[in-house]
Amino acid sequence: MSPLWLRQIGAVLRLELKKTFFSKRGWWIYCLAIGPVVITLLHWLFELRRPGDHHHTLGEDSMIFAGLFLFFYLRATIFFGCMGIFSNLFRGEMLEKTLHYYFLTPMRRELLVAGKYLAGLAVALTLFVGSTAAAFLTLSRHFGPAWSDYLYHGPGLSQLGSYMLVAALGCVGYGAVFLMCGLLFRNPLIPAAVVFVWENLNPFLPDLLKKISIIFYLKSLCPVEVPVPPPFSVMVVESDPTPMWIAVPGLLAVAAILLIYSAISARQTEINYGE
Amino acid sequence: MSETQITFANVSRFYGEVLGINNVNLSIPPGITSLVGPNGSGKTTLMNLMTGLIRPTQGDISVLGIQPSHPERLCRMVGYCAQFDAFPKGLTGHQFIYWFLRMHGMSHAECEEKTAAALERVSMTPAAERPVGAYSKGMRQRIKLAQAIAHDPQVLVLDEPLNGLDPMARAETIALFREWGEKGRYVIVSSHILHEVDQISDQVILLSQGYVVAEGQIQGVRSEVKEQPMQILVRCDNPGGLAARLFQDHHMVEAKISNDRKGLLLRTTDADSFYLLLNHVVLESGLEVESVAPADDDVNSVYQYLIGAEGGTV
Repeated sequence: MSPLWLRQIGAVLRLELKKTFFSKRGWWIYCLAIGPVVITLLHWLFELRRPGDHHHTLGEDSMIFAGLFLFFYLRATIFFGCMGIFSNLFRGEMLEKTLHYYFLTPMRRELLVAGKYLAGLAVALTLFVGSTAAAFLTLSRHFGPAWSDYLYHGPGLSQLGSYMLVAALGCVGYGAVFLMCGLLFRNPLIPAAVVFVWENLNPFLPDLLKKISIIFYLKSLCPVEVPVPPPFSVMVVESDPTPMWIAVPGLLAVAAILLIYSAISARQTEINYGE
Repeated sequence: MSETQITFANVSRFYGEVLGINNVNLSIPPGITSLVGPNGSGKTTLMNLMTGLIRPTQGDISVLGIQPSHPERLCRMVGYCAQFDAFPKGLTGHQFIYWFLRMHGMSHAECEEKTAAALERVSMTPAAERPVGAYSKGMRQRIKLAQAIAHDPQVLVLDEPLNGLDPMARAETIALFREWGEKGRYVIVSSHILHEVDQISDQVILLSQGYVVAEGQIQGVRSEVKEQPMQILVRCDNPGGLAARLFQDHHMVEAKISNDRKGLLLRTTDADSFYLLLNHVVLESGLEVESVAPADDDVNSVYQYLIGAEGGTV
C-alpha cells in the first residue's frame, strides 16, 4: 500500500478533477484554450482556398505561430486560464463556503495545497499544452508534404516540443502564483492585475527587474524570437536570454518557493466565510 | 493537558474588535455536553476552536491531549457536524462521505464500507445516489451528521444538529447521541431546543455574550443559582395543611395549591432545609406524600434564570 501522504494527495487530486474538470463554471477557460486553435484552423482553411502563389512561406507561418504563442498563449490564454483555474482552488471554496470540508480531514494542509495544485496543473496542462500542440500542428497543414517534411525532418518537432515545454512551464509558474493569490487575497483579481501589468512591462524593464518575472524565462525558452513591433520597439531594453539550464530549473524553483509559502499560509488559514 | 478531557484554558477569541468568547476555562468530560446560549453567545466559536477551524487569540485548547493546530492528528478523533450548509458542488450523498474518508487515507474498500454504514446509521441509504444539492434541509442535516460519524470519532461536535429534522429523524438522532455518549465518547451539542437538551445532556455549558455563565450537571448548576428560590412540587393528601405548616419556617417564599387540590408548588430559598422540614411534617402529622420533585432544575429554567432577561432569543 502506498504511503498515507500519497493516498491523501491522490484523494484530493481525484476529487478536484471530478469537481472541476469540464464544469460549467469554467466555460471561459475552455474558450481561451480553444480560441487559438480556432484561429489556426481558420488560417489553414483560408490558406487552402487561396491561389498557390499567394501562400505564406513556412518561415512566415513559423513567425506567425511564434507571435500567436507569445501574445495570445503566454500573455492571455495561459495567464488568464491559470488565473481562473488556480486562484479558485482555495478562494472558490471560501466563496462557496466549502473549505471546512477539507479542513476537517486529518490531512496536513501542505498536502491539501499539493493535491489541489496538482489537480489544477493536470487541467491546465491538458488544456493549454494540448491547445498549443493542436494549434501548432494545424497552422501550416496546407503546405502538405512540405509541412510533413518540416515537421519530421526539419526543426518542426523540436519547435513543437519547445512550445509545449514553455506552455507547461507557464502553467507551473503562473499556477503557483495564482494559487498563492487565491490563498492570501480576498479578491485575487487585484494581485492578478498587478502581475499582469508587471509581466507585460517586462520588455521595457531594466535587465535586473526583467528577471523578476515568469514571462522573461518563458520567452528565453521560445524557439523563435518575436521582435516587439514599432513604436514600442524603441522602448525595449535588450537583454541576453537566459540559457535553458538556468531558465527551467529556475522557474521550477520559483514555483516551489511560492508553493511552500502557500502551504505555510494554508496552515494559518482559518475558516471565516464572512458570516 | 489532560488526555481524557477536552480543556480550554483562558481561551479568548476576538474577530477584529468583536468578542467571540472571552477567558473561557472549561473541562469537558465524556458523555453528552450541551452548549446553550442565545445567538451570538459564542457556541459556534467554541466548536470551531475545538475542531481547529479557527485559532484562539489567546489561551490553550486541548482535545484529549491534542492541540487543534495539528489537524492531521485531531481530525482522526473528532467529527464535526458544522452549521455551514454548503457542500462541494456536484457530489452525491454517497460521494460526499466517500471522498471525505478517502482524504483520511483509507482504501477504497474501507471507504465504501464505512460510507454505507454511516448512511445507514442516519437512514440516508435510499437517497445516497442523489446530488446533495437536491436534498431537503433535513436530509442535508443528516448527511452532515453521517459525515461527522463516518470515521468513528472519539469526539463528536454537533452544531445545531436537530435543526430542520422532522420528529422521527429527531428521535433517531437523539438516540444516536445517547448511544455515542453511553459508549464513553464525547458528544458536544449546541441546540436551541431546550427541552431536548434537557433530555439528552449529561452536563450543560451555558454561554452568554462570549462568557461561560455556568457549567456542570444541570441540577448542580440550578442549586448554584441562589438568588432564584427553588421550585418544588409536592403531591400529597393535604396540601393546604402542609403549606400552613411550612410557612412557619422563614425560607418559604411562595406556595400554590394546584386545581385538583392534590399538589403544592413551593418556592424556597433553602431546599435542603425544606426537605428536612418535610420529613418532620410527615412524621408529625402522618401526611401521605405521593411525590416530591424539583420543578425548575431543568435547562429551560436555569437558562431563564441566568440568561433569559439579557440573552435575547434562544
